[in-house]
Amino acid sequence: MGLLKKLFRRQAGVQELPSGSLTIDRNGNTITSTISSSYPAQLVREISKNVLKIFSEARDAQSPLAEINIHFASLRVTARELRGGAIIFLFPQVAMPHQMPNKSVVAPAAAANGQ
Amino acid sequence: MEERSSGADAGMENQSKILILDDEADWLEMCREMLVQLPSKPEVRTATSGAHAVAQLDAEQFRLLICDLKMPRIDGLQVLAIVRRRFPDLRTVVLTGLEDEEFRSRAYALGVDLFWLKTDMQQNMKMFLDCLESLLGRDMADGFRGIQNKSLMDIIQMECLSRNSTLLRLTRGPLIAKIWLQDGELIDAEVQGAHGETAFRKILYWKSGTFENLPAEPNHPRAIQKSVNALLLESAQSMDESEEQQTEIIEKTAHRKTVWRISLLTREGAEFVVALPPEGEPEAWGTQNVELHAKWARRSMELARQLGERLEAGPLSYIGGSCAERNVLVLNRDNKLFVVSWPPDKVDGQLLERTKKLVASWDS
Repeated sequence: MGLLKKLFRRQAGVQELPSGSLTIDRNGNTITSTISSSYPAQLVREISKNVLKIFSEARDAQSPLAEINIHFASLRVTARELRGGAIIFLFPQVAMPHQMPNKSVVAPAAAANGQ
Repeated sequence: MEERSSGADAGMENQSKILILDDEADWLEMCREMLVQLPSKPEVRTATSGAHAVAQLDAEQFRLLICDLKMPRIDGLQVLAIVRRRFPDLRTVVLTGLEDEEFRSRAYALGVDLFWLKTDMQQNMKMFLDCLESLLGRDMADGFRGIQNKSLMDIIQMECLSRNSTLLRLTRGPLIAKIWLQDGELIDAEVQGAHGETAFRKILYWKSGTFENLPAEPNHPRAIQKSVNALLLESAQSMDESEEQQTEIIEKTAHRKTVWRISLLTREGAEFVVALPPEGEPEAWGTQNVELHAKWARRSMELARQLGERLEAGPLSYIGGSCAERNVLVLNRDNKLFVVSWPPDKVDGQLLERTKKLVASWDS
């Protein structure tokens, strides 16, 4: 009784934000990643794809960039161009930074830019 | 169950009483500690379920309800629907982590006074607390919050025809104006240090703003003797005449604006600025590469926005980019997209603040 409901029940909850870093090649394939394996691979691919597109659009605009920072209300994406690919850092923005357990983890480039 | 006091006493009783509803006990405690520090020193109660909150509202009078949306059993929207029906005078604030425009629309449709995201609250704590303080302090006696698509002349005529006695408080950006009406007669006006007829004429030039009806001040001295209709007619004629002078003024303003922007660019030390209105041609200072920059900025913001939506990362604040030659920031302000480029030596940790400052004064 209720077996189908148990099997296909949607769990309430909010999707977590990605945290960690990954390196991708020029085709957007992930080479290394520290993002939790439970995080949907499809979303990781979308991050890679969009980051590469922004770099590529900048090149098309004759203004190539070495680094980009995308700031959302709850996530910061820092990407550094790497021979056509990129290294991407993902930082969920916590409510109160002083309570953040791993606050010392800062992307070197972002820290250097002060952004 | 406590007995409610009535009339003015009740108003005083619930002046600074806040009820917070959220299913997370830790969050409730944090909010409670934060809210008791408001200047009006409110009494703060908490509830962890919709049923508990409604029971408390039944038992006591509150001034403000701060409500989460995502809760078990009775969700926030259901609570708000009940509250709207049973406690129409209660001010309501939605404080939620759900960054969904649909919920925002639904909450405002239920008549909430404020919809605030928890992430925004943490980023703009001061602004949030100011809003709450304002909601706590706002005079409930008489008054409504505004009428859309009505000109100021319409509003004044409406008040006069209704033979109302009221103090109209008008706000337009940082400017505040007051118009005193007594039994449908215009008795005084005040704006930017001007009084009487002069002030009233100045106020009529306002094209937009907000207004609220405050309680009448019957003892306010009369400074305007002319009838309101005569003054409205004179002002309308004067506005017609001044339209002819507008073209010349617009040209002068455009020239002044260009000079101002160039000097701003130089003073702040930015390399170039490209401003992209939602429609029409981009404006640019300091670069010939306008179309390419504009295209990149629009495309990048769109890509980033889409990414943010997919990741549920909240609204996009800005994009920063850097290379050996420059640092670029792309951000939205007042419906315009701005691309601001800074030389690499300008990286001093305050690039965002400097860009925001530059962009804020751009259309001044």
